[in-house]
Amino acid sequence: MRIHEYQGKEILRKFGVTTPRGVPCFSVDEAVKAAEMLGGAEWAVKAQIHAGGRGKGGGIKFPASFDEVGQCASQFLGSRLVTSQTGAKGQKVMRLLVEEVVDVRKEFYLGLLVDRVSQAICLIASSEGGMDIEEIALRAPEKIHKVFIDPVPGLTDAEADGLSRNIGVPEESLGQARTALQGVYKAFWEYDASLIEINPLILAGDGGIMALDTKIEFDSNALFRHPDIAELRDIEAEDPFEMEAARFDLSYVSLDGNIGCLVNGAGLAMATMDTIKLFGAEPANFLDVGGGASTEKVTEAFKIMLKNPKVKGILVNIFGGIMKCDTVANGVISAAKEVNLSVPLVVRLRGTNEELGRQILANSGLPIISATTMAEAAEKIVAAIAGR
Amino acid sequence: MSILIDKDTRVVTQGITGKTAQFHTRICRNYANGNNCFIAGVNPNRAGEDFEGIPIFASVKDAKEKTGVNASVIYVPSPYAAAAILEAVEADLDLVVCITEGIPVRDMIEVKARMRKLNSKTRLVGPNCPGVITPEEIKIGIMSERIHKKGRIGVVSRSGTLAYEAVGQLMDLGLGQSSCVGIGGDPVSGMKHIDVLRLFNDDPDTDAVIMVGEIGGSDEEEAAYWVKSNMKKPVVGFIAGVTAPPGKRMGHAGAIISGSKGTALEKLAVMESCGIKVTKNPSEMGRLLKSVI
Repeated sequence: MRIHEYQGKEILRKFGVTTPRGVPCFSVDEAVKAAEMLGGAEWAVKAQIHAGGRGKGGGIKFPASFDEVGQCASQFLGSRLVTSQTGAKGQKVMRLLVEEVVDVRKEFYLGLLVDRVSQAICLIASSEGGMDIEEIALRAPEKIHKVFIDPVPGLTDAEADGLSRNIGVPEESLGQARTALQGVYKAFWEYDASLIEINPLILAGDGGIMALDTKIEFDSNALFRHPDIAELRDIEAEDPFEMEAARFDLSYVSLDGNIGCLVNGAGLAMATMDTIKLFGAEPANFLDVGGGASTEKVTEAFKIMLKNPKVKGILVNIFGGIMKCDTVANGVISAAKEVNLSVPLVVRLRGTNEELGRQILANSGLPIISATTMAEAAEKIVAAIAGR
Repeated sequence: MSILIDKDTRVVTQGITGKTAQFHTRICRNYANGNNCFIAGVNPNRAGEDFEGIPIFASVKDAKEKTGVNASVIYVPSPYAAAAILEAVEADLDLVVCITEGIPVRDMIEVKARMRKLNSKTRLVGPNCPGVITPEEIKIGIMSERIHKKGRIGVVSRSGTLAYEAVGQLMDLGLGQSSCVGIGGDPVSGMKHIDVLRLFNDDPDTDAVIMVGEIGGSDEEEAAYWVKSNMKKPVVGFIAGVTAPPGKRMGHAGAIISGSKGTALEKLAVMESCGIKVTKNPSEMGRLLKSVI
């Protein structure tokens, strides 16, 4: 689960990390008042969306008068911001962060993530702040420094100081950097984050260390123990189809093609998408109905897929193990009837009672096309859409 | 022979009083030699009771002392599952199969760190996996036994349903399996592809292996490099997720492409360069395997 920058900074401050002073704003009025309250002669007005690349995408502005703050705010609020990470549609800006402008002497990159190879949390830092970490890795891999953290005792003083020295934090600021690094790690650990990126972390003119930007993602499997974090979810910033699917315990991701797929299991779902592409078409979605492909879940899955106007056909691919194919077949039939299905439907059933399942589909009186392999199913749905 | 489990494995079910645990323990017990294998259960509050004749103990340690179990299967709900894994590890079992899905990653990081510190010899499979089956001897987990038969092909897969798919294709060609291992898709977990391949390499009853991977991480690449210099048997592979967009979580936490790392094409290229025959068509896994034996 993602949260906004201003929410992330609030969390980091609880762990002793310094950030610029700032105020979240939902209207032009609030933005101007925030600037007045913060004082100074220049401010940063930052669009709050769930995507990076805002700097280059025009999502951060530096007005130098209260009038300009108001103008910036009215341009941002309600507009759609397109960055390298939002896709062509962009994301709607409904919230702003108005901050004081700080004097930056040096920029660093700081990231924390779960490293699969070492099976531990990895702290990544670089002297090349402001750039994407992928870009640094490509251009200057020798400037990336990592620490793999042992959960007991956590990030030690020696590790924090060593990393700070490696990225060029001056000796007199090591203490502040240690507070920042250990604070960020603590926030990651205690709140079950899956990613924290501070880009840039800065050395300010006065020698202080500050998080100028913050991106935090949380492990959704751990939200049960962080109700305060779960409350931060911004429903408007999330894909409405994905939210709807989550309500029915379906795992759904919107894609750009025109063939809806309904599959049990994430791996098989991806393999089904891959097969569709092999036959020259593109999947409209990833949809995993999970282990219990009940009639209710299949019906909801159909409804969600069909809300996407691009969908021109549906491929159902179920490998029945404990869940029997005849049960799935009945579920598909009643779902197709309930939604008045008008696009071609190919169903591939494999596993327990597969013949019985296919027979039920054939006897349903519905124009369901049956297939025995994944490849055959993909070929048939592609042909059906092309009207062959 | 086989890998990890056989007819002599003795299993304790952790969380045996739950509905899912009972459903699957019943099926496992009814399969092949299961009646002799599934001999204990654990629930700290129900010690002294039994589940359809299987005695329930207060702890894994108790169950081991009283019945001699050497393996466990875990169906404990996700908030408590990591503690259940550690309990089994600390009781020094040979094998722990954790079926539970949705365990917080932080909990698994703690489990792995603890296992390292204990220098534990326990083999962990999962979490978030279908389990392990040695057809016609024993199954520990939730896969359907009906789609399997005994044979000489090994299967290792991160995804459960893709493992079934691979097995289904083998069966269409008349090829049985020595053992099938679902290692699960979580980013922090027990055995990886490489660990399972090592066992298949040493198993005289396995002739060749299908390795099924997916996007995210670099486990498949590491396994491939190991295969190149160590594996004495043919390995074929498929990686799911060529069409998955970067940065999007495909169903579970493990299946995500971060930045430019962990793409399916990159994995397939490394596997191919290490002498593993690969296919981009998941319907061809069985035939590809047959072509190398």
